Amino acid sequence: MTQPKIQLIDLHKSFGPKKVLDGVSLDVAHAESMVIIGGSGSGKSVTLKCMLGLLRPDTGSILIDGEEVVGMGARDRDRVMKKFGMLFQGGALFDSLAIWENVAFGLIEGQGMSRSKARDKAIEKLAQVGLGKDVANLSPSELSGGMQKRVALARAIATEPEIIFFDEPTTGLDPIMADVINDLIIKCVRELGATAVTITHDMHSARKISDRLAMLYKGKLIWVGPSREIDRSDNAYVDQFIHGRAEGPIQMELKG
Amino acid sequence: MNPLAVIGRFFLGFLAAVGRLSLFAVTALSHCLRPPIYFRLIARQMVEIGYFSLPVVGLTALSTGMVLALQSHTGFAHFAAEGAVASVVVISMTRELGPVLAALMVAGRVGASIAAEIGTMRVTEQVDALTTLSTNPFKYLVAPRIISGLIMLPCLVVVADIIGVFGGYLVGTYQLGYNPANFIHAVWDTLKTQDVTSGLVKAAVFGLVVTILGCYHGYHSKGGAQGVGQATTNAVVSASILILILDYVITALFFQK
Repeated sequence: MTQPKIQLIDLHKSFGPKKVLDGVSLDVAHAESMVIIGGSGSGKSVTLKCMLGLLRPDTGSILIDGEEVVGMGARDRDRVMKKFGMLFQGGALFDSLAIWENVAFGLIEGQGMSRSKARDKAIEKLAQVGLGKDVANLSPSELSGGMQKRVALARAIATEPEIIFFDEPTTGLDPIMADVINDLIIKCVRELGATAVTITHDMHSARKISDRLAMLYKGKLIWVGPSREIDRSDNAYVDQFIHGRAEGPIQMELKG
Repeated sequence: MNPLAVIGRFFLGFLAAVGRLSLFAVTALSHCLRPPIYFRLIARQMVEIGYFSLPVVGLTALSTGMVLALQSHTGFAHFAAEGAVASVVVISMTRELGPVLAALMVAGRVGASIAAEIGTMRVTEQVDALTTLSTNPFKYLVAPRIISGLIMLPCLVVVADIIGVFGGYLVGTYQLGYNPANFIHAVWDTLKTQDVTSGLVKAAVFGLVVTILGCYHGYHSKGGAQGVGQATTNAVVSASILILILDYVITALFFQK
């Protein structure tokens, strides 16, 4: 069997008395699109932040290309970070910088590319997500939510990363724009041949962009499998989630 | 509820906060010294912290110098007022009021804006985005602000000293009828190098305090708009308190023989 691109082994993470991750293990193969679904507070974001190295799990290991990244030193961390691209939920564009500077940020600061060369590359990446040259000099606040998401996507793919993380890529967008973003994600990931990990609770998006799906519930993965098999999971929790029913084994915790 | 437990919890919480702040400060300062250093960002922050603070710091210094002259004139009316007023104005401005008032004004203006800006970047995940783009937020956001604070506050205090003494001169000569030459002569006689250097050392320390606390509270803010508001308030209040405490400490170190 070939080496998985990302390997999570028995991750545990608590915040105070609250257990957020309770033994999460998952393999993501090279060039695979894995989507992790789950309700609010199920630990999706924490899993993603652990993979990115923004949070450190209490116990367990994370292997990227077979290399342990938990507890890694700053220099090695920088090297691994260069393999990553990330699309944040709210876009997280730098509002003090112009659009093209946002897209070119990783090229200029991370790779030391010259500004004029990075600008050309940024405009090329903007074209890939369907944005024209005319937006390059605008500031992020001048764009609509959907346009900001596209710019954020362009920024995430600008450094041509091996692994791209998507945090709720379609949340807060109208259904048409959401589908445009879905298509762009599929296209960009294919063109780069990148491995993608997405967290979302939008089932339409999850079905569309995933090769495999994993469902997280109360800090545990309760189902992992190819996307087309999710309707035959024989798992009451999964069924309730994918059909969006209020009644079922998952009880919404009204008190946090 | 056990009152001792409450005191203990409060004290432990306080120590934890001091520890977190110290670690933050050490990390931040170490990043100021190691490359890459973003000179473009430092220049922008120097304009923001130094140049744009000039009006408010200058106005504060001018009014303080004028009021000092007026008040001390009332007190010294029975004695040789001229020389005494000049001495009081120049010593108070350079040793104490210049650095402390400039630092407090900068804490309100710059400390608050640093905390609000970095806090907003934190809650909108822009700080995390920096990390994922292979850029250390300490180097990109924190270090340029600290370096600028350290350099610009002494510059502001030099300006404040000059404007403050000039304010005293204006009131002394135009309103109280002193001889201008005697006033300047008295200022010159009284002023010693140590008065100014102690003030500038204070200014540099206060510059660190304001920017580090602004960055610290912004960096650790959470929970949306309310969290950012809280961070801004905490940055200004904690910086002001620390300025007043450190002012006493540095004065004691310099002048206690």
